[in-house]
Amino acid sequence: MKRKTIWLVLCILLITLFSGCSRKNDTGKVYYLNFKPEQDAAWQQLAQKYTEETGVEVEVLTAAEGQYEQTLTGEMDKSDAPTLFQVNGPVGLANWKDYCLDLSGSKVLGELTDDSFALREDDKVYGIAYAVETYGIIYNKTLLDKYFDSDFSTVKRVEDINNFDSFSSVVREIQSHKEELGVQGAFTSAGMDASSDWRFKNHLANLPIYYEYTERDITSADKIEGRFLDGYKNIWDLYINNSTVEPTALSSKTATDAATEFKTGKAVFYQNGTWEYGNIKEQNGVGLKDEELGILPIYIGAPGEEEQGLCTGSENYWCVNARASQADQQATLDFLYWVVSDEDGTEALAEDMGFVAPFKMALEAENPLVKIAAEYVSDGKTPVSWAFTTIPSDNWKNALGTALTQYAAGKGSWDDVERAFVEGWESEYAAAHK
Amino acid sequence: MNSNLRRWAPLFLGPTLVAFCIGFVYPFLHGVYLSFCRFITTGDATWVGFNNYIEALSDPSFVHSFWFTALFTAVSVIAVNALAFAVALALTGQVRGRNIFRTVFFSPNLIGGIVLGYIWQLIFNGILANFGTALVLEAKYGFWGLVILMCWQQVGYMMIIYIAGLQSVPKSLYEAARIDGASRWQLLRNVTVPMVMPSITVCTFLTLTGSFKLFDQNLALTGGAPGVVGEGGSMVYRTEMLALNIYNTFYGPGSARGVGQAKAVLFFILVAFIAFWQLRYTRKREVQL
Repeated sequence: MKRKTIWLVLCILLITLFSGCSRKNDTGKVYYLNFKPEQDAAWQQLAQKYTEETGVEVEVLTAAEGQYEQTLTGEMDKSDAPTLFQVNGPVGLANWKDYCLDLSGSKVLGELTDDSFALREDDKVYGIAYAVETYGIIYNKTLLDKYFDSDFSTVKRVEDINNFDSFSSVVREIQSHKEELGVQGAFTSAGMDASSDWRFKNHLANLPIYYEYTERDITSADKIEGRFLDGYKNIWDLYINNSTVEPTALSSKTATDAATEFKTGKAVFYQNGTWEYGNIKEQNGVGLKDEELGILPIYIGAPGEEEQGLCTGSENYWCVNARASQADQQATLDFLYWVVSDEDGTEALAEDMGFVAPFKMALEAENPLVKIAAEYVSDGKTPVSWAFTTIPSDNWKNALGTALTQYAAGKGSWDDVERAFVEGWESEYAAAHK
Repeated sequence: MNSNLRRWAPLFLGPTLVAFCIGFVYPFLHGVYLSFCRFITTGDATWVGFNNYIEALSDPSFVHSFWFTALFTAVSVIAVNALAFAVALALTGQVRGRNIFRTVFFSPNLIGGIVLGYIWQLIFNGILANFGTALVLEAKYGFWGLVILMCWQQVGYMMIIYIAGLQSVPKSLYEAARIDGASRWQLLRNVTVPMVMPSITVCTFLTLTGSFKLFDQNLALTGGAPGVVGEGGSMVYRTEMLALNIYNTFYGPGSARGVGQAKAVLFFILVAFIAFWQLRYTRKREVQL
């Protein structure tokens, strides 16, 4: 008899334990799995404000750098799964499509300034871009002016740098007169440590992909021919041979190394984007003043590149969890609309997070790099779209990164880079679409 | 007495049993099930039969990581145990301050694998930079780097086990052997080693399974680099061990989760088989007084 009682008690204990995990709410709540660690604090604040205003609970969790897919996989398995998450474009969408709510007709979609910021597939809208970013070659105006004023310079104005030939002669002249200019190299170190290699295996690789897509008049490909790989080699050779460090040292150089070199005036050029502003602006006497910052397009020697602008696009798309309860989905959509249209929301996006948000009510960001990017567009230069969001897999990027590292260190040939680029694309595309 | 035990057994065993089922049996069985599925989240899987296993076994990177792991395990088991045994022998003799030495040798074991990996990465890169190269550029650097790291971390721990074994050898055996005219080498071979065989069993077991399952140090030290792009564009990481290969596979695109899961099941069978075989082999050599 007693034994039975004990079992009964145990069972009840277990049941209460499990039922404690199940949730009970009807008003709906928002659970956002954020991708960008640098904006975590801003999102937490914004969530709190929204809860104070509307009473709807908003939880924000930020995945650690480079751990988004892992965190998302784990979180989506829970009964309290994120109602709002992110994919990084069509490739990320392939994995998570079944979990993405069709956003057609939603209020937040109506706020987009341009339809190209919606992530569409099969006539459905699966994601909405919320941050438009731009990258190119950031330069130190003071140092570049010093070069223009020198007697050894053949290029005298920044406007005259409009293709690979003029750019490479500037770089070579700076590198060979680095002592006179007081720098350690023309470029910051093109570090291939994991914190920095995405600048080259991903962002730089965008240019040969973009030009090939444009020439073939396509927007994605199951096979890439590598028509502009010579240009990719041009620019990579320029980066590694004219930097602050020897090419053999690049494999272990980090993102912080490059940012520090640029901040302290040890290099003139730094390939990065608008998001980097916070890291390089003047703080405590170190860094660059707003008026000292400029950005050049990345030239690779492609025909007609005199009209080329900066690389502008987005790889951050909001998706609403299609498997969340109806109430939660509605709460999430309401929250998103509030973020892009309410004063508090737009202010947070523009000022606290520094995003150029592609929404009608968006405020202008304070970032000088963003303003320069806008000037390129108003000058009639063609922005380079972010074709790298169609790269078939992370594996492709890693293979390319390794080949670039080996090539830079003199341990591998350029053929390996080409093989990673072309053959790797085909096999990774096939693997991802099985 | 007996009936009391019987009556109260569920209360005392129950919670542990439940925890064991929730924390081990269920995830394990579910994991095996998932290895036959295509899935993104574990709650939502479709059965695909043996496809994942076929794909796992035909993956050149998996095969390479198996051989790399096997080679690493062989080298590190021998190196760690030989060094640990030697240090233990030295520190059971009449050395001044031997307790301090024991503490010093043991302390690296208290540092986490990731931290160790990054620390040694800095050290190795600092040295290799003098020769114009770096850790991730050649597989042999990564391999020996891992071996050195493992020795540095594991030797102290194994040393403690060996010291305990050495101290439990009865002095009378040595005396008897010496009276019979045994040399120092003969003492070591015929008295010490057979008597500390239980320690050797434990230590080889720990180093063998530990090396086979190594993950943190591998991830932090080289992350698998360098990678080589083979025919057809497939990528093989030269210093990627099995656990890291599984992890990297799992978070790949498309059907990769299931393939990673299949690899993990194969990995389990492999480690269990090797450990079982090793235990049987070394147990046989243990002597009972």
